[in-house]
Amino acid sequence: MVSHRLGVAVLVATAILLAESEPNRVESEKLQDVSGSPDAVFSDAEGGFKTGDGTSETIPGQAETHPHPIETGQADSAGRWVSIEVGSVRVEEPVADEKLENLQAEFDLQDALQQSKPVPTPRDHFAEELVIRPLLSGDIYTNFQFRTRWDTDLHRGKKVSHYRLFPKSLGQVISKFSVRELHISFTQGFWRTTQWGQPLLSAPPGAELWVWFQDSVAEVDVAWRELTSVLSGIFCASLNFIDSTNTVQPSASFKPMGLGNVTDQRFLRYAELPREIVCTENLTPWKKLLPCESQAGLAVLLKSEKLFHSSYHSQAVHVRPVCKDSACRETSWELSQTLGIVFDLHASGQSKREWSLFKMFSRTLTEPCPLASRSKVYVDVTDNPLGEELFDLSPAVSLQTQVVVLGDRRTFTVYDLLTPELYGPTCSLNILLKWRQQESVDMHRPVLHTERFVSGYGLQTGEINTLLYNSHPFRAFPVLLMETVPWYLRLYIHTLTVQSKGKENKPSYIHYLPSKDRQRPHLLEMLVQLPPHSVTKVTVQFERALLKWTEYTPDPNHGFYISSSVVSAMVPSVVAMDTNSTEECPLFTTLFPSTEESSYFVRVYSEPLLVNLPTPDFSMPYNVICLTCTVVAVGYGSLYNLLTRTFQAEEPSGGLAKRLANVIRRLRGVPAL
Amino acid sequence: MGLAFEPFMLRTYMSENAMGSTMVEEKFVFGERAISYTREFAGQKKKTGGMPVDWLVKTMKSRGLEVYTQSFSQTLPFPDEVKERYMVRGTNVYGILRAPRGPRTESIVLSAPCSEGNNNNQAVGLLLALASYFRSQIYWAKDIIFLVNEHDLIGTEAWLEAYHDVNMTGLRSSPMQGRAGAIQAALSLELSSDVITSMDVAIEGLNGQLPNLDLVNLFYAFCQKTGVLCTIQGKLQRNDWNTLPGYTHSLSTMLLMVLKQGSGRPQGDHGLFLRYHIEAVTMRGINSFRQYKFDMTTVGKLIEGMFRKLNNLLERFHQSYFFYLMPSLTRFVSIGYYMPAFGFLALILVLRALDLWVQLSDSARPLEDGASEGEQDSSPSLLTLATPVIICHLTGLALYYLPVLSQEMAIQHFPVSETEAVVLTAIAIYVAGLALPHNTHRVLSGAGTERGWRSLKLFSLLYLAVLLGCTTLINFSLGFILAVTMIPVTAFIQPHRSSKVLHGVALILVSPATTLLLSIYLYHELIEYPVTLLECWQHFLTAVSQGILDHHLYGSLLYPLIALFIYPCWLQFWNIVFWK
Repeated sequence: MVSHRLGVAVLVATAILLAESEPNRVESEKLQDVSGSPDAVFSDAEGGFKTGDGTSETIPGQAETHPHPIETGQADSAGRWVSIEVGSVRVEEPVADEKLENLQAEFDLQDALQQSKPVPTPRDHFAEELVIRPLLSGDIYTNFQFRTRWDTDLHRGKKVSHYRLFPKSLGQVISKFSVRELHISFTQGFWRTTQWGQPLLSAPPGAELWVWFQDSVAEVDVAWRELTSVLSGIFCASLNFIDSTNTVQPSASFKPMGLGNVTDQRFLRYAELPREIVCTENLTPWKKLLPCESQAGLAVLLKSEKLFHSSYHSQAVHVRPVCKDSACRETSWELSQTLGIVFDLHASGQSKREWSLFKMFSRTLTEPCPLASRSKVYVDVTDNPLGEELFDLSPAVSLQTQVVVLGDRRTFTVYDLLTPELYGPTCSLNILLKWRQQESVDMHRPVLHTERFVSGYGLQTGEINTLLYNSHPFRAFPVLLMETVPWYLRLYIHTLTVQSKGKENKPSYIHYLPSKDRQRPHLLEMLVQLPPHSVTKVTVQFERALLKWTEYTPDPNHGFYISSSVVSAMVPSVVAMDTNSTEECPLFTTLFPSTEESSYFVRVYSEPLLVNLPTPDFSMPYNVICLTCTVVAVGYGSLYNLLTRTFQAEEPSGGLAKRLANVIRRLRGVPAL
Repeated sequence: MGLAFEPFMLRTYMSENAMGSTMVEEKFVFGERAISYTREFAGQKKKTGGMPVDWLVKTMKSRGLEVYTQSFSQTLPFPDEVKERYMVRGTNVYGILRAPRGPRTESIVLSAPCSEGNNNNQAVGLLLALASYFRSQIYWAKDIIFLVNEHDLIGTEAWLEAYHDVNMTGLRSSPMQGRAGAIQAALSLELSSDVITSMDVAIEGLNGQLPNLDLVNLFYAFCQKTGVLCTIQGKLQRNDWNTLPGYTHSLSTMLLMVLKQGSGRPQGDHGLFLRYHIEAVTMRGINSFRQYKFDMTTVGKLIEGMFRKLNNLLERFHQSYFFYLMPSLTRFVSIGYYMPAFGFLALILVLRALDLWVQLSDSARPLEDGASEGEQDSSPSLLTLATPVIICHLTGLALYYLPVLSQEMAIQHFPVSETEAVVLTAIAIYVAGLALPHNTHRVLSGAGTERGWRSLKLFSLLYLAVLLGCTTLINFSLGFILAVTMIPVTAFIQPHRSSKVLHGVALILVSPATTLLLSIYLYHELIEYPVTLLECWQHFLTAVSQGILDHHLYGSLLYPLIALFIYPCWLQFWNIVFWK
């Protein structure tokens, strides 16, 4: 133990020495940059640097950049604590991004170093990482995660005005609206589960926002409305379109992911905007929340023209309270920003199975973010066992780690960006994956996936079909299905059928909240048991309502969107599914699969639907206006004429001469004879 | 017929803004690759003796598409002798190109039928080449479905029914796995040669539905851009509208369209899409003896251009006309011009009915004054009216149900095939309807009265007017053909003792069957492929069997309409002629 601690101290010292020269330069560059472009979020964080003693601030910052100091141990213990807590309180809801916690498992050893504090630690930490997973279809999935933790309480009376790494714009929002948890995602594209497997973090196409408020909030709806407006400003998105007609309060599908055991749905608000289009204007404010913006570290790769030359783009922000330490007497706030991108083999890879950081992002890595305490790149090499090599990875590193991600044990090669020798003589790191053979391999089907479509034709009625596939060979498991349908589709809830394998499958729990016209949507939640190796079909018929003519969108013939349905499930893990693994494992492990691997939590989103409503011909009002105006003009004119004219008995008219004279007189404007 | 004159025709124009400018730069250059796919496909097709499903799946998959298959089977009510099929079993293969960053809500379909023999191999080849080219592009906003369907229309129907999860025709098909949201538009491709001289567009769909005019305009715009000769009804457009040959040319083009639309048959695979509110056309490559030919690259560019335009579509096609007639590809007659023509025809019926009404009330009034006689006359009149109407409709029901139901019996007793049995039974019932005891009122109430036939005629006229009016709203051409033939004769027939034969012959000449026979004759005249009367009779028999098959396979409404409504209505008039 003693030797270990000594070793760490030495390492820290060398890290400080090493870091002193280069990152200082970065820091000064950054300061110039910031002064050039004043930014509300960042200048405040930088303000701390300016006012304080420059050097004394940088050194702890650098100390953090070492891979093995205490902070990571803390983060890890807190993370694990969360998972334990969650396990005890709500079984169906572990932490969604358990990936990070799992990845942190490798730091378990450092737990013991809790007490030793060689340098004074700041109250906030920043960690960044990038996971690269080559997909069997030839595409490649990259997932960035930036995590800021701040050991402070934003709600406890005192006003927090000093922000360092945590973005002030978000911090103020959280304290003003008494937000307990905030999850927001912007996604362009649909995650192709059958081709790509499960994502590390799933999100529906468009925008999704769900918020848990503190139980001290009296007027939740008011706070929610104001919060959406503020967030739409922060993220340059049309979140202000969230109103009561697309907000629901799910009773079971969404539970808090952070600390706290209040699960009263009155404090939960959930909304989806399937129509939201995500583009660079949403990416820029998202990047500005990062401590290093896109100046250093992994964020330099975030170049928008490449990020949007992809098949899938999903960016998210999650804010939640977590434990400060294992004792959990105080809470700290955790902000995770994630960005998942799938690059396409045919469109962006020129059909060549060769991926590199430069090819994907047209940048290479040159340095870690100087404010980051961890900065790593993980490359998933699970499908690349040593015997039969599928692809070559260069530069080769020996550090590997095994983690259970989404019920599957996966092996990652780890690039620690804080070790300077990684960058080589050219001062740049370009990770390259090169396939040996060129044909694609079929992905084994994920255990759970879903599909959704509208059936029928014509503009009067229709049917929403949701297919839930369980491809596990022998295990049944329950899923929680949540459907939100706008009010203008009148659901016939008596036609709701749930069928699997041709037989009726009665849901064990149904929560249905009918819609109110122009006020709230339908909310349908149910718990369905999926038999092994089956397709379960949930159907419900609807009638299309005729809207008022001002309620149509500017492009009514495009159709109206129905947001994705959400399927939350505890899925039996792939490890447990593998029946042939008995030869490799010791016998004692196979009888009872270990609890952490037996099942895992997954949230799957179905595709949104586009439904055409009966639409009037909008040139009709114009015609009607023209016609009515004409009729009114003629009618009114003649009536007015009749009412105002004085009638006189006409004298018997004279001969032709008199009439002619009258015509001439009228032309001249003289009264007739 | 004056509709073919210039003042009645409008120039076609694009209504949809998204389709407006042709600012798409086509970059498709893989004509050679299309031909090599064609060769390979033809070889595989010969080897498997049908649709090479596995090869198609493998090829599409290697091009990066999500590939699914759908198998289906259908038993026809009686064997189809034209296409030689009875129990149909097949597989559709389709690959979905997922739009990058698309949420799977909208899609466009490109379909090519896998036909018998060596037909249409080029279409499949070009489809595959386009698929692999489209896959490498980043700009798609809608998913694209590449569909190769077996057994032409039956395959398309099976695919569409499975896609929309409906079952209307008793098809059995495997559940569908991959979908791509609401289909916005579809193009069907038929190509049977490596080079083409012109491109023909078929627009008439099931029950005379037409695609939005903008889609036809889009086809024309890209033909102009790529320089491909384009035709409609196999006829080029001419610019000399004012001259007599120009007029007859456009008239014959329009008449062809009227006849095809009136038949209610889909003129290509696209025809079945229209029911689902999916705008679709079929494009046929024609290889004639013209000198100048276009290669696959040009055709590919044409389709690429159209697809990129469809990809830009923000809303479904809705701006332009859905009801029109086309005397040439650049000109159309809108519903506003042709409906009045029908209106005037229908006015004859209404006026005639009014006349009868007045006569009836005139004759009733003195009778009422004369007390008891009126009551005697009016009380049985309802019965006398209802009996012939019911008998006529029962005949219609028999005509609708019996041919298919009684085919077994017919085969046992007569040396005919099933198809012949069905057709001949239909004709027999049709003719037998003429000989039915029409004068039931004589049994019921003694001699037929003047009032009796007048009331029956009044009812029949109004019935016919309503029927034709409804038909015209749905399928103008059919309604118009029936109106032109039936209205003048039916309006003026009377049970005259002297000219009974004359009236009878006139009525038979305008009966639906005769109209069909004449239409077939006219059609063959118009496509410059004249037939003799005997051949025409053969075609007539085929048309009847195909009509019944269309109804059972795709839900075409022509046969039930004729059997259940038009024919009974016509029988009522027949009844009037022989009123005693």
